[in-house]
Amino acid sequence: MPYILNTPADQKAMLEAIGVGLIDDLFAQIPSELRLNRPLNLPPALTELELTAHMERLAAQNAACGEKVCFLGGGSYDHFVPAVVDDVAGRGEFYTSYTPYQAEVSQGNLQVFFEYQTMITQLTGMDVSNASLYDGGSAATEAVLMCMSASNKQGRVVTAASVHPEYRQILETYFAHLGTTLVTVGTPQGSVDPEELAQSLTDDTACVLIQHPNFFGCLEDVEKIAQAAHERGVLVVVSVDPISLGLLKRPGDYGADIVVAEGQSLGTPMLYGGPYLGIIACREQFVRRMPGRIAGQTVDRRGKRCFVLTLQTREQHIRREKATSNICTNQGLFALRASVYLAAMGPQGMREVATACLRKSRYALDKLTSGERFSKKFERPTFKEFVVRDSAGNVSELVAEALDRGYFAGVPLGKWYPELDDCLLVCVTEKRTKDQIHGLAKVMADGRKQKADGRKRSAQPATAP
Amino acid sequence: MRNTRSTQLLFELSRSGRRSARIPSDEVSTAPVESLLPTSALATAPPPLPELAEPDIVRHYANLSTLNMSVDTHFYPLGSCTMKYNPKRNERIASLPGIANLHPYQPEETLQGLLAMLHELQEMLAEIAGLDAVSLQPAAGAHGELTALMVAAAHFRARGEKRTKVLAPDSAHGTNPASAAMAGFDAVTVHSNEDGSVDLDDLRKKLDRETAVFMITNPSTFGLFERNVKQIAEMVHERGALIYLDGANMNAILGITRPGDFGADMMHFNPHKTFSGPHGGGGPGAGPIAVRKFLEPYLPLPVVERSGEEYRLVWNRPQSIGRVRSFFGQVGVLVRAYCYIRTHGAQGLKEVSENAVLNANYLLSRVKHILPVPQGNRCLHEFVATAGKLKADRGVSAMDLAKRLLDYGYHSPTVYFPLTVRESMMIEPTETESKETLDAFAETLFRITEESPELLHEAPHTTTISRPDEVQAARKPIVRWTPA
Repeated sequence: MPYILNTPADQKAMLEAIGVGLIDDLFAQIPSELRLNRPLNLPPALTELELTAHMERLAAQNAACGEKVCFLGGGSYDHFVPAVVDDVAGRGEFYTSYTPYQAEVSQGNLQVFFEYQTMITQLTGMDVSNASLYDGGSAATEAVLMCMSASNKQGRVVTAASVHPEYRQILETYFAHLGTTLVTVGTPQGSVDPEELAQSLTDDTACVLIQHPNFFGCLEDVEKIAQAAHERGVLVVVSVDPISLGLLKRPGDYGADIVVAEGQSLGTPMLYGGPYLGIIACREQFVRRMPGRIAGQTVDRRGKRCFVLTLQTREQHIRREKATSNICTNQGLFALRASVYLAAMGPQGMREVATACLRKSRYALDKLTSGERFSKKFERPTFKEFVVRDSAGNVSELVAEALDRGYFAGVPLGKWYPELDDCLLVCVTEKRTKDQIHGLAKVMADGRKQKADGRKRSAQPATAP
Repeated sequence: MRNTRSTQLLFELSRSGRRSARIPSDEVSTAPVESLLPTSALATAPPPLPELAEPDIVRHYANLSTLNMSVDTHFYPLGSCTMKYNPKRNERIASLPGIANLHPYQPEETLQGLLAMLHELQEMLAEIAGLDAVSLQPAAGAHGELTALMVAAAHFRARGEKRTKVLAPDSAHGTNPASAAMAGFDAVTVHSNEDGSVDLDDLRKKLDRETAVFMITNPSTFGLFERNVKQIAEMVHERGALIYLDGANMNAILGITRPGDFGADMMHFNPHKTFSGPHGGGGPGAGPIAVRKFLEPYLPLPVVERSGEEYRLVWNRPQSIGRVRSFFGQVGVLVRAYCYIRTHGAQGLKEVSENAVLNANYLLSRVKHILPVPQGNRCLHEFVATAGKLKADRGVSAMDLAKRLLDYGYHSPTVYFPLTVRESMMIEPTETESKETLDAFAETLFRITEESPELLHEAPHTTTISRPDEVQAARKPIVRWTPA
């Protein structure tokens, strides 16, 4: 086996030193009736060459973004990743190390986490960040649980239909076991009505969870929402797209108590949804309720500045069933990627990415809705995603046609929102070019023609521009 | 020689006006952002991030990386974490564009290769577990525990049974009781015997009709196989409760025994340990779970199913607990696990466990004279030694040994876990170390125990920092940089 170093001679010498005859004797403590008396039923072993060929074959059966032009969003985004991110994250000293239990030989990781935490607070305008959670959905869930424990209100959590439907589904799963009610305020206009939201707040409401820009790409009235919630003594959790913070006001500046985000946009490939980066940041007063790892600055015995994992009494290896959360790891490698990404972008780069997303997506919205078939579904201002309505009500066929011609046209919304069965969520990142946007517009316009003519779908594969 | 300038904080290296990445922005429009978004939503300035050029960044991180110990550079016998070598082929494969550039919402017909792989992984994990059905969704081991406990809760709810308690031994990972609490159960601790096995009398006393699940780590945290596991499973099943296996220690038993065969109804895998995903400085991991057939309807969604030649995601299971994670889970880690299992096959996986156990026993035989192993002369993949006598005789603690090992170029074993052993050091060499490395490590331990206690109290001496003040860090937390 390629990763085992013991030669037969080594094995023999080691067994002699131990004082047993056979390796099998070392398993004597496992009762024989519990031993598997046959080989596992697994496919045969592959050499590196065979495995590589096999995996390349499987990979080739997928159509990847790049091969198709990607207008998909909804929480996972095709943003540009500077080479420096891959270069740094590819260093074995980072990716083959582990949780920094021994601070003296983990200053690299600990400093990275400290810098990551700092940059997340700079980006969000909050006081404190942890060193990351599993993903955006787990960050939203953990933030809500934090609010429930901080406010000592378990009865009710209010959210909006414009929050990522999968994040809300995760909350439903957790709440089924905690007895908490999730109240979802509808968003027929594409964003939540702050007054309607205010009316759903009760004395036992722990927090409000909103998303800004929301799942439809629309901006929410965040200031009014935060104000209404705080007037009722309800905490405010905001889920953001970190890229949008190159342009939009920071959540700390409009009153968020906890900010969460899916950090994939910050330098991590889409990888079919994971592993990603759960960002969570909060106001100072909640720091001891924060789940997950936190790096802190201190001095060593010689007085030198250094970094350690800190506030560990919140964690389950000390508090066990009374821990603030059962999470015992972070997404260290992706916190590193986000750090390098943010360092490479800097203030101006973040502004440029956000501006490019905004301008290109508006341009695409105008192009797509310039004909008769597609219209803008919501009147709210949008950032990098938007919803278009297909007057022909034929979104699934449209997506299939576009795919044949080399485009992932967007995410059909009917799966989560039956009332939006005729709608498509389209995302335009800085990577999309003018030609690609024109290409999508043409494909969608042709789709109209084909439907009117009753012609069959073109079987001819087209190459993407 | 260390480059000390490059280990200044990014914020201290920042110079106003430096740039690295630039984004083309005016191809479609130069409309001012104020004309596209309401000014009330806009920030008045860009976020106050550091300003750096690419060489600053590369040198900074390259130098920081040298301050880490890692599996690529050092022996890392961190017990219970299974720090084995991370195959390079898996890294290259996981970054193939046909895998890395897949969007979670692209149509299923464009994902057939990936879904075929995930489906095969589900089947391979079920076979290794000796159980029937697998969910790849959970994001980490602790997340797998929580998910499985929710599955158990749904099962009992469907049967109309009100069961409120989850039992776990005091030697269990702290995530066990924390997960139980989060799934809405009362966590109850069961005592362990001296040898780390479950105290059957205490289990019997605490096991009742209110008990939903008994969580067991087998092989245990002490690297021992729970001899009474069959009897325990019978006791638990007799009361109508379920057995959950914490799969953290699967590296010891691949192809040798299967949790399903020794009574487990549910388990999680830690693919980053057992199947060697890189640990990434503390993540990502993954936490797929395997369950018996009768629990399958409750698994979180989606799962991958095969129908004829096609693979698809299944959503229509009305009894499912729902979603536990956005999108499909830690796919990048699962790809590595798949590659690892396909590299080894049945015989190879068995050899992995055999050599992991051989290495652990060999190291145990070499160190037990100076660091006694209270739980005996044999172990599986890891063992727990104690520095209790050294502490009593010479005032040298497990922490002193751990810190001094760093000077000699070894990552320290896990210290002070499990909590039930005084001055404990949990050592797990894994199968990817050589006899030479184990010999050198054992000899280093001898040498250290003969060094002066004063020298050891102040260790490490050669690292860039030594013995950070953790009390101050927790008392007055400084968790971000602020300008002086």
